[in-house]
Amino acid sequence: MKCLGIDIGSRTIKLTIMKNGKPIYMHKSLNTYDPINEVKKHLNDVEYDVMLATGYGRSLAQREFNAETVTEIKAFAVGARHLFPECRTILDIGGQDTKAISLNDAGKVVKFEMNDRCAAGTGRFLEVMAKILGYEIDEFGNAALKGDDNIQISSMCTVFAETEVISLLARGEKRENIARALHRAIAKRSSAMLKRVGVIEPVVFAGGVAQNPCMIEFLEEMLDISLVVPEDPQIVGALGAAILAGEK
Amino acid sequence: MADYREMWRSLGIDLESHDNLLDILGKLYGDIYLSQNKRPEGMEYLDFVVSEVHGYRIKELLDAQKVGSKVFGTFCVFVPEELIWAADGICVGLCAGAEIGKGDAEKVLPRSICPLIKSFMGFKLAHLCPYTELCDLIIGETTCDGKKKAFEIFSEFKSTYVMETPQMKREKDYDLWRNEVYKLKEKVEEVTGKEITPERLKSAIKLINDRRRALKRLNKLRREIPVPISGRDALLINQISFYDDPKRFTEKVNLLCDELEKRIERKEGVVSDKTVRVLLAGSPMALPNWKLPGVIESSGAVIVDEESCIGERNIRAMVDESGETMEELIDALVDRYMQIDCACFTPNNERIEHIIQLAKDFKVDGVIHYTLQFCDPYLVESYKVEKALEKEGIPVLRIETDYSMEDVEQLKTRIEAFVEVLR
Repeated sequence: MKCLGIDIGSRTIKLTIMKNGKPIYMHKSLNTYDPINEVKKHLNDVEYDVMLATGYGRSLAQREFNAETVTEIKAFAVGARHLFPECRTILDIGGQDTKAISLNDAGKVVKFEMNDRCAAGTGRFLEVMAKILGYEIDEFGNAALKGDDNIQISSMCTVFAETEVISLLARGEKRENIARALHRAIAKRSSAMLKRVGVIEPVVFAGGVAQNPCMIEFLEEMLDISLVVPEDPQIVGALGAAILAGEK
Repeated sequence: MADYREMWRSLGIDLESHDNLLDILGKLYGDIYLSQNKRPEGMEYLDFVVSEVHGYRIKELLDAQKVGSKVFGTFCVFVPEELIWAADGICVGLCAGAEIGKGDAEKVLPRSICPLIKSFMGFKLAHLCPYTELCDLIIGETTCDGKKKAFEIFSEFKSTYVMETPQMKREKDYDLWRNEVYKLKEKVEEVTGKEITPERLKSAIKLINDRRRALKRLNKLRREIPVPISGRDALLINQISFYDDPKRFTEKVNLLCDELEKRIERKEGVVSDKTVRVLLAGSPMALPNWKLPGVIESSGAVIVDEESCIGERNIRAMVDESGETMEELIDALVDRYMQIDCACFTPNNERIEHIIQLAKDFKVDGVIHYTLQFCDPYLVESYKVEKALEKEGIPVLRIETDYSMEDVEQLKTRIEAFVEVLR
């Protein structure tokens, strides 16, 4: 049986197909203003028997394709445990939200924290800041690694932080130093969220922001642990959804 | 619905915006209430009351004023309404549960303030609440800083009297509150021109206790599995208890309870016995603030009790009915109202004990602690509540939100995930 899991996120759509407990297909693409047609395009290219959706667009998929749904929290828990069977804690920083999830021995979610209405300190925040500083998103983390620790950014609101960044630039501050300060601010916020659910190793870092080397370095430093980062941290939710599709 | 436009115009209501408000309310009610399955038949009366929210009841109040009754508006369960009823007055708990007149309210209030405060100011400044307009006196209180200071501004637009509520429960706080209750008695007598006699106060105590008894009876039935009534409907009943005629309301709630008892005999629930049961605890849930209950009950859970001013906090304690003299009766009122476990008190451990007890009595799978944004007392207290519940092995989810709809999707994700954890 081919089980399809789809994670319709705010910034990207991720798709995984599992057969006999192994992923046989994975795909990622940017989301658009028209998520449902974007999803349809992908579904036309593949064959599957059952489907389960997660992410912000999950209820759209339920209406449109009669898909079963679970929240990202459950999907990431299942996906992370599949990749790392010992995993006890998950940090997922995606396009518009951050989640800290604590699992028990058996892999069941026992506690989670999630940012509320605003996208402060998420992937989207990094994208906006990278753009102001003239970086591509995939070079942003490496640039921040080269910066100095001479300044601090206090705002986590995208709008306020933009103001803060622009005034730092106007003061003649180097952009890599600003980049570093921004990364530190997000790492601080995310590690505080992780501490609220309790940090038990191994800790899996997932979501698009887990591709950022500076974030990994700061988080490891602040939490004083080594993070486990999947080969493709963005696909964890879709993988979990595909596994759950097979169980339903 | 009868044509009330002339009546509203005479109260100075902004008719165009008011039409808008009633349209939105009607639509919201349709989505959240009328779409439910297996509602008890007794909810028909509540549907009627909501459909006439600014109509029939307003007319009743105006008719009562024509024959000499005075109407008092309140914003808190701390105001001892028995004194008002004892002077042939009518008490109306004003709602403040919608994002209305926000622009007007923000002209006089800071932007970052509790939505309930912003709402009561907004309703007044935008001329959208016929209850506020027709009240002879508004009775405020000093429960939290935001309300206390907002009443100073509110009183510029509407005749307002403020009671000082204590923050602790020592002997001198009881004395302070007793003094405040006596002062309110004088104020009510002055406004109504009627003397509050022990006989009248005794019968007013009975009237309001009867209403509490009916609501307690309703809540007790919600302990059953499967639960016979939805949390949304039970919340609505509690919300309406604040402004409906108490005698009529009590009769209708008792009739509804008769129906629910028959449902229970037949083991017939409003949802299946497998549905996740939650206790909703925290800030007041004023009419028509149905956002969170709507999200919770469309995420595979059912709310079986509200640990809220619009719920348990308003009905838990009864006034002792045995007093005969004025002194005994006032003492009974003082003792009853000082049992309120509002987060404005310090320390407030009894609230935490109550929440744990309710969680057990109502056999809940988890507790959702709800705080209005910028509601510091409940927000700060939520830390202790969470810790105490976790110690008891009761899962808890903390939510902070306001009346706007912008965070509904995020709320859905968090609540659905919480329900997944509880299943």
